[in-house]
Amino acid sequence: MEFGLSQEQILLQDSINRYLYDQASLDVVREIAAGDTDDKTIWSGLAEMGVAGLMIPEEHGGVGLGSMDAVIVAECLGYHVTPSAFLSSAVIAPSVLLSAGYTNDLADIAAGTFRVGIAFSEAIGAREKAGIVVSESHLSGKCLFVLDANADAYLIATSEQSIYLIRSDAAGVKRNQLTTVDKTQTICELILEEVKAELISTDANIYLKALDTGRVIQAADTLGAAQCMLDQAVAYANQREQFNRVIASFQAVKHMCAEMAANLEPCRSMIWYAGHALQAVPEEAPLIACHAKAHLAEVGRFVAKTATEVHGGMGFTDLVGLHYWFKRIGCNRQLLGSPERLREDAARIQSLI
Amino acid sequence: MDLSFGPKYSAFRDKVRTFVREHKDKQPASGSAPKSSGILNWQALLIEQGYHSRTIPEEYGGYGAAPDIIESRIIAEEFAREQMNTGLGGQGISMLTPVLLEMGTEQQKQQFIRPSIQGKLAWCQGYSEPGAGSDLASLTTKAELDGDEWVINGQKIWTSSAHIADWIFCLVRSEPEAPKHQGISFLLFEMNTPGIEIRPLVDMTENANFNEVFFTDVRVPKHQIVGQRGQGWKVANAILGHERGSLAPPDAANARLNGVIRLMQQETIDGQRIIDNPVFRDRLMKLQGRVMAMQYNDMRLFSSRINKNQDTKLAGMVVKLIGTELRHEIEGLAIDVMGEIGLSYGDNPYIRGNGSWQYQYMLYLGLIIGGGTSQIQKNIISERGLGMPKEPKIETKRGA
Ligand SMILES: Cc1cc2nc3c(=O)[nH]c(=O)nc-3n(C[C@H](O)[C@H](O)[C@H](O)COP(=O)(O)OP(=O)(O)OC[C@H]3O[C@@H](n4cnc5c(N)ncnc54)[C@H](O)[C@@H]3O)c2cc1C
Repeated sequence: MEFGLSQEQILLQDSINRYLYDQASLDVVREIAAGDTDDKTIWSGLAEMGVAGLMIPEEHGGVGLGSMDAVIVAECLGYHVTPSAFLSSAVIAPSVLLSAGYTNDLADIAAGTFRVGIAFSEAIGAREKAGIVVSESHLSGKCLFVLDANADAYLIATSEQSIYLIRSDAAGVKRNQLTTVDKTQTICELILEEVKAELISTDANIYLKALDTGRVIQAADTLGAAQCMLDQAVAYANQREQFNRVIASFQAVKHMCAEMAANLEPCRSMIWYAGHALQAVPEEAPLIACHAKAHLAEVGRFVAKTATEVHGGMGFTDLVGLHYWFKRIGCNRQLLGSPERLREDAARIQSLI
Repeated sequence: MDLSFGPKYSAFRDKVRTFVREHKDKQPASGSAPKSSGILNWQALLIEQGYHSRTIPEEYGGYGAAPDIIESRIIAEEFAREQMNTGLGGQGISMLTPVLLEMGTEQQKQQFIRPSIQGKLAWCQGYSEPGAGSDLASLTTKAELDGDEWVINGQKIWTSSAHIADWIFCLVRSEPEAPKHQGISFLLFEMNTPGIEIRPLVDMTENANFNEVFFTDVRVPKHQIVGQRGQGWKVANAILGHERGSLAPPDAANARLNGVIRLMQQETIDGQRIIDNPVFRDRLMKLQGRVMAMQYNDMRLFSSRINKNQDTKLAGMVVKLIGTELRHEIEGLAIDVMGEIGLSYGDNPYIRGNGSWQYQYMLYLGLIIGGGTSQIQKNIISERGLGMPKEPKIETKRGA
């Protein structure tokens, strides 16, 4: 019995972290956030390390690792607020395509040269009367808050939880980037007019499994981002002086940090277990996925606020860049189902509704 | 990640399961008095079978198995599955016995462990004093050596079960000149020694579970000390850590949460089941998510006891703080689910669950305070977990 990371997983974590420290520093994140460049260089670098093909089997050009490994990578990406296509192209899309046996694009996805975005918002809960109408393999309508504005193709889930694949350059596709608070992840809307699509799946289980996986991975991203905020808060408190002493010696500041740590530390076990359950205990995965994402959304929000407060006015400025983490956590909270919705799902899974 | 215990343990699990199945109906009735024959016989059976005091050597009355954390875990799981009575707990068994095994003299082990685990010798813990709560090390109950005896004067407070205890393990100041942590000794003595006065304190649950205990020239044989003179702080700390985590086990929180679910399915307001009310449902699911996080945290802690290379220092430190606060909220939700009926206590005919929801709601507030308050836990987490500085020393009125 061993609840924790394997030697290989610790090595994976170290090598991803090292790459991100070198190649995806806050300065790089700032450039991408400002729109001076995009995330393609980082993504091809990560792809070289096997991240884009992490969950794709070797016979399709990937490295064939599991959901627990994806959790570890997501934690690293969140920690560094790295802009990337990981959640959409390396996690949700391969899950759908592999379950559906649609393997055409997997090698290109694994190489990082073909990015697949995800349009699940309307299947999870439609707003603004958005949604897709299907007529003879052609899609018309609107998808909001689609993951990855730089993707080459999109998987679109209908309200019936069928999934279609469209190419970004197909006739009738209009893509508008949507500005959000979080500039480290790109979001867009798709406006489709009679767009030729491939039907990938009509099996709701394929959609649900991909969604569960996505939710756990996104929660892991929040875990990493929140951990980084806590680390920054403790480090800042240990060097900032007021009233002739470091602010870390004030009990009010210590207790803010202790509360963050006390709430966050058990989340790590929860996320690890969730990553394990996706593959090893599939019957538990739907419930733990809902709870993991909902709980991390709450703890994440608390840490994001509290760590900012520990920094005083500095936390509110652009100078230390803490707001990138604050906003990443905020964005993760709403995407793929807000906590209230997830808790309703959790109740439904247990037949309480 | 490997969460299986392996084939080696499946036979063991079967054996435990069989015992549980065959003895389910033979448990003592709930609410039996601590020293009733039903309880003592059950305790003896559990020890004989290795389901209690499993790793305590036979010569001291235990079962004498080699320590195996997984076996202990399996026993706990199988007993919990059937809500089987796990035998006696209490401060003598959970706190004093481990200390004696580690630091007691041979004679102390021989004398105390067997009757303690058999439930024939009940203990209380005399640490807190009116002037020494969170700052326990500032305790002032005095012990002076007079020939072959310690003479004890002073007062303890919040001493749980002192009124039913046979013996006390007690912290006293034996070296008044030494720095405060180095002047304390850990003494054992009988509660019927002349000079001890016990005054019960009624707590908010309307029970008198704890007491004030006064010592006036209480004479205790010199050898009834655990560890050396002045080492009492070290001895006490060896068990305080042990106490803290065990105050808020996440599996018990989960069992209570499942009780809230059943309550929500049964209780109605204006004919509508509470479980069908989305506001209550959301509160319930929020708590369930938090309980889950603590259960997996517990799994990780368990694993780190088997796999020594895992660093779970912080994960262990947060259990008392989060676990007791969480439990208080779970009990509080149940009260809200019942509304006015949730106020029922004692002999109110509308009472649910024997009043356990209100009782535990209050009890867990006591446990948020007892065993090191939530604020003290946050000091520990920030200083020892996150490496933040200690409180700067300021001149105190005692000049300590
Ligand atoms: C149900 C229950 C059972 C108990 N059983 C026993 C028992 O069997 N034996 C025994 O010896 N004791 C027992 N206790 C006593 C318990 O250990 C103390 O109550 C506890 O340690 C707090 O001490 P205090 O009550 O003196 O509060 P204080 O120390 O006076 O604390 C009052 C407030 O000040 C805060 N505070 C104090 N110091 C600090 C600090 N440094 N930083 C921040 N905040 C601080 C506390 O958090 C608290 O909010 C029991 C208590 C309870 C509630």
